[in-house]
Amino acid sequence: MGDVTEMKSRKTVHIETAAPNGEMPDTRDAMGRHIGTRKTEVRLGREVQARIGQQLRAMYDQVVKEGVPPHIAELLRRLAEQDDGLA
Amino acid sequence: MKLDPAIRDQVLATVPSLRAFAISLSGNIDRADDLVQETLLRALAHIDSFEPGTNMPAWLFTILRNLFRSEYRKRRREVEDAEGRYADTLKSNPEQTGRVEFEEFRTALNKLPADQREALILVGASGFSYEDAAAICGCAVGTIKSRVNRARTRLADLLSIDSVDDFGPDRATRAVLAGGGRN
Repeated sequence: MGDVTEMKSRKTVHIETAAPNGEMPDTRDAMGRHIGTRKTEVRLGREVQARIGQQLRAMYDQVVKEGVPPHIAELLRRLAEQDDGLA
Repeated sequence: MKLDPAIRDQVLATVPSLRAFAISLSGNIDRADDLVQETLLRALAHIDSFEPGTNMPAWLFTILRNLFRSEYRKRRREVEDAEGRYADTLKSNPEQTGRVEFEEFRTALNKLPADQREALILVGASGFSYEDAAAICGCAVGTIKSRVNRARTRLADLLSIDSVDDFGPDRATRAVLAGGGRN
């Protein structure tokens, strides 16, 4: 799926905008070590990010692969055919 | 009103991903399917408010998320049947390699705050742009970016991923040996 931006990302992730509700990024790396004063930088290796993304998609795609459940397909077919109110 | 077949096809094409999102939100396949069905009924009842040519997936995801959020508030006490039903579906996929690692990942994902998990899934799995994800969640783009970042960092932390070496073929074995009791 479209992960062009992820593929382009380098060794570090830059958070461009501090969230208005104070959701500042942790200034720690993946192992909980502080990474100093560069607060807008979260050290996550490209390989780590890629791997997390891969597992996430693998999990998600297992469901996607199941396609449209029969009862949903039937529901949509009925809705497409009927002229008056829904359900 | 008769449903335009083109619109119906767009809806149909979105259902598998919508369902995956629903499962990731509710952690329960039955509730997820109910959510999807209710989302479709609601969407089609208000199909006039959908502007042809705009993003159908984002529109449906927004409806589903809002439904889930209102339901979640009502049924806060009985959330997260995450382990049982979801795990059951995975057992029917014997081709899945690295099962232990996979389970470990799913468990870690469920430990994330809901806002972070949702943002990560929309961007990292559903394939939405940060802008679309922000629209779906009704928040600022910067907030989504921050949540996705925190989610990734937290996941890496939970999974004790420090370098690419941790992804060697023996990772699943080590997870078994560690008995899942690692911090």
